Amino acid sequence: MKIPLSYSFKNLWTRKVTTIMTLGGVGLVVFVFCAVLMLAAGLERTLVATGSDDNAIILLKSAESETLSQIPLDVTDILASQPEVAVGSDGKPILSREVMTMINLQKKGTTSSDLANINVRGVSPAGVALRPQIKITEGRMFNFGTSELIVSQKIISGFEGARLGGALKFGGRNWNIVGLFDGGNSAFSSEIWADNSQIMQAFNRQEAFSDIIFRLKNTEGLNSLKSKIEADPRLNNFKVLHEKDFYAAESEELAAFIRILGMVITIIFSFGAMIGAMITMYAAVANRTVEIGTLRALGFRRRSVLGAFLFESLFLALIGGGIALCAAFFLTFLSVSTTNFTTWSEISFNFALSPGIVMATLIFSIIMGFVGGFLPSFRASRLDIITALRSS
Amino acid sequence: MADAIVQVQNVSKIYKRDTMQIPILQNFSLSIPEAEFMALMGPSGSGKTTLMNLIAGIDKPTSGTVTVAGTNIGALNESQLAAWRSQHVGFIFQFYNLLPVLTAFENVELPLLLTKLSKKERKEHVETALSVVGLADRMQHYPKQLSGGQEQRVAIARAIVTDPTVIIADEPTGDLDKKSADDILDLLVRLNTEFKKTIVMVTHDPHAAERAHVTRHLDKGELQ
Amino acid sequence: MKNLKLILRNIFRHKLRAMLTILGIAIAVMSFGLLKTIIGAWYANSENAAPDRLATRHAISFVFSLPIADRDQIKQIPGVKDVTHQTWFGGIYKDKQQFFPHIAVDPKNVFEIFPEFVISPDEKKAFIADRSGCVIGARIAKDYNLKVGDIMPLDGDIYPGKWEFTVRGIYHGKKPTTDETQMWFQWDYLTERLMQTSPRRANKVGWYMIQINNPDDAARISEKVDALFENSDAETKTETEKAFAAGFISMSSAIITGLQIVSYVIIGIIFLVLCNTMLMAARERTREYAVLKTLGFTSKKLAVIIFGESIAIGLIGGFLGILLTYPVVSGFAVGMARFFPFVVVDPWTVILAGSFALLVGIVSGIFPVLRSTRMTIVDGLRTIG
Repeated sequence: MKIPLSYSFKNLWTRKVTTIMTLGGVGLVVFVFCAVLMLAAGLERTLVATGSDDNAIILLKSAESETLSQIPLDVTDILASQPEVAVGSDGKPILSREVMTMINLQKKGTTSSDLANINVRGVSPAGVALRPQIKITEGRMFNFGTSELIVSQKIISGFEGARLGGALKFGGRNWNIVGLFDGGNSAFSSEIWADNSQIMQAFNRQEAFSDIIFRLKNTEGLNSLKSKIEADPRLNNFKVLHEKDFYAAESEELAAFIRILGMVITIIFSFGAMIGAMITMYAAVANRTVEIGTLRALGFRRRSVLGAFLFESLFLALIGGGIALCAAFFLTFLSVSTTNFTTWSEISFNFALSPGIVMATLIFSIIMGFVGGFLPSFRASRLDIITALRSS
Repeated sequence: MADAIVQVQNVSKIYKRDTMQIPILQNFSLSIPEAEFMALMGPSGSGKTTLMNLIAGIDKPTSGTVTVAGTNIGALNESQLAAWRSQHVGFIFQFYNLLPVLTAFENVELPLLLTKLSKKERKEHVETALSVVGLADRMQHYPKQLSGGQEQRVAIARAIVTDPTVIIADEPTGDLDKKSADDILDLLVRLNTEFKKTIVMVTHDPHAAERAHVTRHLDKGELQ
Repeated sequence: MKNLKLILRNIFRHKLRAMLTILGIAIAVMSFGLLKTIIGAWYANSENAAPDRLATRHAISFVFSLPIADRDQIKQIPGVKDVTHQTWFGGIYKDKQQFFPHIAVDPKNVFEIFPEFVISPDEKKAFIADRSGCVIGARIAKDYNLKVGDIMPLDGDIYPGKWEFTVRGIYHGKKPTTDETQMWFQWDYLTERLMQTSPRRANKVGWYMIQINNPDDAARISEKVDALFENSDAETKTETEKAFAAGFISMSSAIITGLQIVSYVIIGIIFLVLCNTMLMAARERTREYAVLKTLGFTSKKLAVIIFGESIAIGLIGGFLGILLTYPVVSGFAVGMARFFPFVVVDPWTVILAGSFALLVGIVSGIFPVLRSTRMTIVDGLRTIG
């Protein structure tokens, strides 16, 4: 007992200009909605990918970022000798004492006063093995004990002054860039790496590392280490966490910011687009009053009429949503670089599209179509047959 | 009048406008035998359209009963009435009321979508109806590609495709030139004589009325 | 204007559609105003910067601190009137949602260098006298119902531990845009506690604020300050207060650019909504336009009527949107207080939003006007609805 769907399609097609305008309104809103979700997801994905399940990190309890953490050398030694730390084939613990600091680089295409903070990570020899994401793509790994650096490719392409074979000046010396690396979709792709002891000398902070990263012998080890640290008065100023949890937490603030701001804005102007859809659908109902009367006279029920108009509106919104999704897909090729409010350093990440976001976007557009189309469709179905037939 | 297919008994129809009550029909009775071709004439406001609407089941009487093919249609609810219309009534409107976005074929097929017929059966029915009205070669044309007379013939095909009990025609020739109007009237006469369809035609046009079996004049809600 | 009656009747002949269109435009104008206000909130601090103040921070990032000893050296530079320092404390008051800056300051001269933070002499005296005293902005006092003498506990994060401060004064802003959401306490108290818990972090400050005698000397003095600490452990970067604040903004430049783009997308949405309505109206009224023409209306007069209608709808929607902006912005300010301490609607935002509504009104009338002028009477009369 349904009015054929082709009736709805063809009506949309007949009113091409109006349909396109409504599609445009719905599409723009859905696009912004989707882009915001992708941005927040991209940031989270990048930071989650930075951590590994097998690794743990120890920092100062109060520190939200590695830069602000400090662990004195003697404490580091106590921690490094814990049985929870995995031991490599060479008999040494798989553990990296790291020092995290920042330097200023100028973003490409900005003025010289627009400086971004780039993380510089000093690592122990085990540091690279702990991060399988890191792959040297050009040049070679730096030699320990020298002023050599490896730099992420993204930094080379996004900032002035860094190139393979060149040098960067900071901490009172010149550092030679001997290799480029790809950190994949992780925060490492926004970093510069060097020998930890060289960085500590240059920045005159030999008394403390920033944090310790190590491989866990087994995953349960984390809890026993946690309670040990809590109980030891020399250590209870520090915290141990899964590396993954730590980096994921670093994304929280900025991701929440993007999401809240984005959602507030898109919800507000989804009302604009819904009203646009509503105007279109009301006009469609008004223009087709006689048709509706005729359909009803032929014996179609009220709910068939309601269904046909609602479908028209849902279809319109879904097409708008689909177009927006296609456009949003191209965003995944875009990389965004901004300051993370938690670390105050630059982080670069991609828009990330996930099945969840596709679903959320489609549901969002369906809701817009439903809300925008329901009242007009309801009016269409409530029209009195006789009056409808008489109007022209 | 046991063989009457349409029986209107003691029907009153009163419209309410704010506090005013406007009686259109009062204690009105009429019966139409099967295979009748009746023309209803009368000036504007005489109640002829109201009467037609009541017989077609798109309006309900204030009091009295309307029985069509044994069913008291006043007792049906909204959706029963819709289903009843789809089986028993064929409509022909003055302005054809074809859906502009559908082809002639699709327009005629529309009422069949309310039946249980298969796609193939529907196609057969539609083709038959369109050849009866002489438009078998125009099936894929849209309404705006047809002349007024052709549009009305599509509308007639749509009215007969379900093989309804009654065909209701509201000024079917009102918007047509003389030649086209004659064609349409020929067609209605054929439907009546050849296919034994009961037709109620509301018209202003004495020429059109002449073609019917009987002509009833309505004035101020009463048959003359 | 004789046409006014017809214009108004035309607007409201489809009451529902007119209302929806106006509402749609209002929402879009309001979103535009909201976004512009948010972007403005970002820049607010840099707009409030005084030309005679310089900021000196660690060359790499303000997250690194500077030794307190630098202060005396900076003071020696000719042209420097006074120097004070500030240290970002972080810390959580009540819970993480209740965000406002907590800053360790030097109570003796901070009010001289920031004259836009107005406090009574008695309260200032009380603040200096109490080592664990603090001063709060009037808005914080109002929002959290705090009075002089109340205790303000903070949970330290950058500087761990429980901290308790006694409110000794409430400052007011000299200008309406002055930030009244800060909390200041004595740096001496901070550094004393650090001496006991983590001595390496004691005797350091976040940044220096330098008051200079002549704003024209800003560049020269900045260079001198930075030269003083070149090749030290903590190299400095000195710039005008405005540039200092702008540095924070440029960190989020990607987000700001995003918001800018989005605010113009909104203009697009208003345009689509109003254009659509005007198109539909024109389509439905083709026949009427023809009738008006047969009655002797010239194309020009028709154009006035059509433009009048679209401009009026645009303006009514724009006006309503601007009215809506104020409550929405204050609602937003409450919801986003964590990220934006204070948000004020700028008159320019209102003017800009209004102009866009007007512009959209004009542009969306163009097509219907063209249609009506090009149409021949005969064709128009033939059209049904």
